Amino acid sequence: MDADRAARSRAVEALAGLPCEPGVPKPDPILIADNVVRRFGGLTAVDVKHVEVQRGSITALIGPNGAGKTTFFNLLTGFDAPDEGSWTFNGRSLSGVAAHKVARAGMVRTFQLTKALSKLKVIDNMRLGATGQRGETFWRALLPGTWKQQEAEVTARAEDLLTRFKLIAKKDDFAGSLSGGQRKLLEMARALMVQPEMVMLDEPMAGVNPALTQSLLGHVKQLREDGMTVLFVEHDMDMVHDISDWIIVMGQGGVIAEGTPDKVMADPRVIDAYLGAHHDGAVKTVGGEEVDAGDLEESGGVTLIGAVDELSQDDVPSPPVSGDDDFRKEPA
Amino acid sequence: MNWSSIFSVSLEAIIGSTTIAYALAAIGLNVHFGYTGLLNFGQSAFLGVGAYGIAITVATFSQSLWLGVAIGLAAAVILALLLGIPTLRLRADYLAIVTIAAAEIIRLFYRATDLRKWTGASDGLQSFSQDFYDLNPFAGSKGIDLGLITFTDRELWILVVGWTLVLLSCLVVYLLMSSPWGRVLKAIREDEDAVRSLGKNVFSYKMQSLVLGGVIGALGGFVFALDRAAVQPDTYGTEFTFFAYTIVILGGAARVFGPVVGSMIFWVLLVFIDSTLSEASNNKVFPEWFMTTSQAGSVRYILVGLGLILLLIYRPQGIFGDKREVMLDGR
Repeated sequence: MDADRAARSRAVEALAGLPCEPGVPKPDPILIADNVVRRFGGLTAVDVKHVEVQRGSITALIGPNGAGKTTFFNLLTGFDAPDEGSWTFNGRSLSGVAAHKVARAGMVRTFQLTKALSKLKVIDNMRLGATGQRGETFWRALLPGTWKQQEAEVTARAEDLLTRFKLIAKKDDFAGSLSGGQRKLLEMARALMVQPEMVMLDEPMAGVNPALTQSLLGHVKQLREDGMTVLFVEHDMDMVHDISDWIIVMGQGGVIAEGTPDKVMADPRVIDAYLGAHHDGAVKTVGGEEVDAGDLEESGGVTLIGAVDELSQDDVPSPPVSGDDDFRKEPA
Repeated sequence: MNWSSIFSVSLEAIIGSTTIAYALAAIGLNVHFGYTGLLNFGQSAFLGVGAYGIAITVATFSQSLWLGVAIGLAAAVILALLLGIPTLRLRADYLAIVTIAAAEIIRLFYRATDLRKWTGASDGLQSFSQDFYDLNPFAGSKGIDLGLITFTDRELWILVVGWTLVLLSCLVVYLLMSSPWGRVLKAIREDEDAVRSLGKNVFSYKMQSLVLGGVIGALGGFVFALDRAAVQPDTYGTEFTFFAYTIVILGGAARVFGPVVGSMIFWVLLVFIDSTLSEASNNKVFPEWFMTTSQAGSVRYILVGLGLILLLIYRPQGIFGDKREVMLDGR
């Protein structure tokens, strides 16, 4: 058991003595962001002064609906372009770098609304994740001899991962025939095919039943043990408390608090801004509903309305453009 | 009613040169739409630049056929780049708008009277196919006579060349689509953001797909032009593209042989209905108040359209498609 948790102890130890202040420097940061600003018209959706993510840790990004978590995610992974700001990953500047190059640099994300490729088989979903495939260039694709062997290696690796994620029985089914929870597992497994150093999970537990949640949690913890860094957005406070080594709290686009789970949960600023009136036991229920409302708000660009007081959710008008359409465009 | 003539023209339509040209157009479109999910509504433009590439090179500038072929293919590549660079970064619907407009611009360009001395304007160009038929190994023979269907030596030559091009195109599409390259295209069709998040350059793949499908379309343009030994701007209008889409869907999108079989069925039906109706109205089978001879030409499209509606209702996956795959969309 000790060996299994070695990475966890390391991360906990490294972060233990740090002051719980927004923007606090970490001993060994893998990701450093400075002054990242994203505005949608007159609304400032993201305005992060300084934030660092510790290498080898599981860091949670929490905050009320409309706090800018997903937008911040999109910026860091190249799916949206910031108005200002810069960030480095492993010492390499990634600001303004296209999404596919961010992934190749070792930072791979998943999506809030799972993106399983429905009409591809599960195993093909997995194979797609492998990078540097010779058969993915036009002329070599015409000559199966040049890529068959690499394809076999990729397939073997894919099958190992599918076994670990308990999807191996489904490998020849269309991904579209999987259940919601299985798609989440597939998406996470597929991201691992890229062999990333950092995995960005956007609400990995949204819409997953409690039994599968435990299994997903186990997989996330395993990522850390395998030497990866995990940054994830989540609403379920119990879960966040359970698995994260460090929590970053966003509110109104900025980082309002940071710290270890216990300290953050006790921080009055967090309770004021985020937990607020729902603190006693109601969080989970509200959290369940938040997911949907959050989808609309965060990605649609109307971010600050009703951000703090979730009880006013019902009065919030739907945003004019759906979020999905909004970030299909590659940043110019 | 002369049934034997109706059957002979219908049977000839199964393997005729029009079927070949539309099959090539549809194979190209299948790469765009079926495999990559690109809504290209300007496939006729790719056939047009292929056909006019040969026609202008040979008829206007008296150069060789081979130079014309090279120019036609190069023009298809350039057209794909011109269409793709501004639009492929945007959502799919923008490509549809731009391609349909570009195809019309190109057709009107061929028609322009100011360019008559190069393009022949609305009369088009003729007498550029001699080099091609000079290569005919069947020249002087009687061609083929199988009783019901007959082909002259000229027809035989264009059929051999045309079907070779169709089979080669199918082979290339088959090899590509069963490779990791094809897997990326199909993934882009499903969700391009997911593909981007896995480190693939989506823009580059979409461009490669656009070029490949366009070049195959240009081959169809060659067959179309050489068969008729003439080019005329209005043949390369939007109707051509819509027929090609019909053929792709009829055969089953994202199937290697779907467009080929789709083209055969589409043309045999169209020709059969057309010749039956015109025979019927010539022989006064229908009373005058019901349908005149000139109306019969339009009725064939009504009937073919009806057939397609029924097909989409009862077999939405097309002839070769996989029902399970189509049903996944409903989830």
